[in-house]
Amino acid sequence: MRELVLWIPLLPLIGFIINIIWGKQLPKIISGGIGKLSVLASFILVCIVWPSVSSNQGPVTYAYLNWIETSSFTIPFSFLIDHLTLVMLGIITGVGFLIHLYSDGYMKEDEAYYRFFAYLNLFIFFMLLLVMGSNLLITFIGWEGVGLCSYLLIGFWFKDHANNDAANKAFVINRIGDLGFLIGIFLCLYHYKTLDYAALNSIAATIPIGATVVTLITLSLFFGATGKSAQIPLYTWLPDAMAGPTPVSALIHAATMVTAGIYLIARLNGLFLAAPLTMNIIFCIGITTAFLAAIMAIKQNDIKKVLAYSTVSQLGYMFAALGAGAFASGMFHLTTHAFFKALLFLCAGSVIHAMSGEQDIRKMGGLKGNLKITHLCFLIGTLAISGVPPFAGFFSKDEILAVTYTKSFWMFVLLSVTSVFTAIYMFRLYFLTFHGPFRGTEDQKHHLHESPWTMTLPLVILAILAVFGGFLGIPEVFHMPHIFKTFLSTVISKPGTEVSHFFEYCLMGVSILALIIIVIGVYKYYIKNNNLPEASESTLNWWQKAIYNKFYIDELYNAVIVNPITQLSKWVYRILDRKITDGIVNQIGLSTLLSGQSMRKLQTGGTGFYIFAMVIGIIAMLCINFLFK
Amino acid sequence: MLDSIQQIPLNYYILLSTVLFSIGVLGVLLRRNAIIIFMCIELMLNAVNLLLVAFSAYSQNSAGQTFVFFVMIIAAAEVAVGLAILVMVYRNVHSVDIEKLQNLKW
Repeated sequence: MRELVLWIPLLPLIGFIINIIWGKQLPKIISGGIGKLSVLASFILVCIVWPSVSSNQGPVTYAYLNWIETSSFTIPFSFLIDHLTLVMLGIITGVGFLIHLYSDGYMKEDEAYYRFFAYLNLFIFFMLLLVMGSNLLITFIGWEGVGLCSYLLIGFWFKDHANNDAANKAFVINRIGDLGFLIGIFLCLYHYKTLDYAALNSIAATIPIGATVVTLITLSLFFGATGKSAQIPLYTWLPDAMAGPTPVSALIHAATMVTAGIYLIARLNGLFLAAPLTMNIIFCIGITTAFLAAIMAIKQNDIKKVLAYSTVSQLGYMFAALGAGAFASGMFHLTTHAFFKALLFLCAGSVIHAMSGEQDIRKMGGLKGNLKITHLCFLIGTLAISGVPPFAGFFSKDEILAVTYTKSFWMFVLLSVTSVFTAIYMFRLYFLTFHGPFRGTEDQKHHLHESPWTMTLPLVILAILAVFGGFLGIPEVFHMPHIFKTFLSTVISKPGTEVSHFFEYCLMGVSILALIIIVIGVYKYYIKNNNLPEASESTLNWWQKAIYNKFYIDELYNAVIVNPITQLSKWVYRILDRKITDGIVNQIGLSTLLSGQSMRKLQTGGTGFYIFAMVIGIIAMLCINFLFK
Repeated sequence: MLDSIQQIPLNYYILLSTVLFSIGVLGVLLRRNAIIIFMCIELMLNAVNLLLVAFSAYSQNSAGQTFVFFVMIIAAAEVAVGLAILVMVYRNVHSVDIEKLQNLKW
């Protein structure tokens, strides 16, 4: 059992090592096969491990070795497997395997096929380390590692400089968040002498609520989570990260890496519950991010960018749930979101593949005839994310809305408006891509084809999950067991707050009604009246321009933070490095040279001079001998 | 025996030895003919021999005189080798002028 659990992250690591060293010489079938099989094997291992851990009713810790041992604390290298871990493991290996299968078809013609699978496997390894670690430090290893893999995979097509800039941006912003994480680790270590999750959660139960130390620790950790999970203020890297191949966007920026922040807070729920100030901040930031990102998504014209802002928005929902204390609801939305967001991204990849690389929805249209499976799956994904019953998103979103209502009325209003916007931009995307006349070039029209089975099979599987996944968490108004909540109740101590049944029914009714209105409205606007998104921004008035340009936040960050640092680094290079450091080193070399040049003039070759020098030397030695006796 | 030796004060011997040695050094430094330089080296050696014998006689210690034996042997050997080298140099350069030996210049 201990060994089986250790093999779960080890198999993808081995896949990475094989692919990165010998991948170039191996035929594509073998390197791709190794990449896919290692994750499949991990998934099978998770399935094997699941029943035995699930029956334990308590967390199981597998310690492997004592990593850091000092007099005041010990940090072991150990894994903590409990129900929360199992949920994440299932998502990572399951959805991960589907995306590996998809990548086989998507990256078939790429010459760096082996490198893609190597990096994907490395990512899975680090992500598994992140969720299985039993203390903050192992999680941090995984945290940094997935940031690295995100950089490697976003900049996968590194010959195009724009991709490198996007990868740099993602990595640097992640690192800024990591600073918060590190400060949190240091504070924990200093005050509580332990980084173990079980220990921290139990310590948190004993200290007074709202103590400064706990608030600082949780705020720092939350800052790290905003970097990883793309919340305000560190979200600007996610839309740019769409420069990477679509399977990367699906895996990293929809299903797994961005969920690391939410997992962290859910894991340390005891600690966070002891700091109500932090919970309020998480709540507000989550809802604000959800709202702003949804607005920005309405005016985007790139398929993947719309989905990227949608991811930021949905992550905001999850943070709102966490901030309100409903950790299980946040994790539930994480699971359903993993299903339908990965589905949407993979469908987008299928569309891009069919359109020979075109990503602008203004140049698409009427694809539903040519891409039947993709169209159906995309429709299912859209219905799921908009919260149409009985698809997955309906149940998880409703839960979050209900929890928000119990905490704050106005935030609930904001979040409901965000749901409206979500439906608007998703259906806008759907209608513009699949309905209406085809707006692309003749060349693209000839190449339109449905994707191979390696790409459509994962779509179908994820679509099934998006349809039925919601039934894992049926609200109790229907008097059915909430499987997800009971599953996580062993980990998450605080039960969610209850809402009245009347309110639940109202909420469901109103949201269904609103959805119908929205779908009809969007359809009429874009298809019936043939209103296309504008070709350029010159026709917009000032507030439309602001939304189109994403509220100029990127430009603000560039002007206030990026440019001063770039100028500073240029100054340091020009003055400190080239003139001073190089100057000193060069001078030392020059002085050696000069002394050599003057020394060589002693070699005159004249015998008389040599004898003279010898005599002088003897006299000098005698003098020194007698003077310093 | 000692008083007949001690009729000439030791200082005279030291002075004589020093003068001989200095003449030898100056000769080594200033003369251009290699054979003259060898002779001056011999002069230095003899000056030291004289000093050693003088001290040995005045302090009735025979160690000085024994050392003189060794010095003489070594001087003889050194002259033999030195003159052999000088002969070879002459065969190549056709002169014993040390100013002509400038090839080891930088």
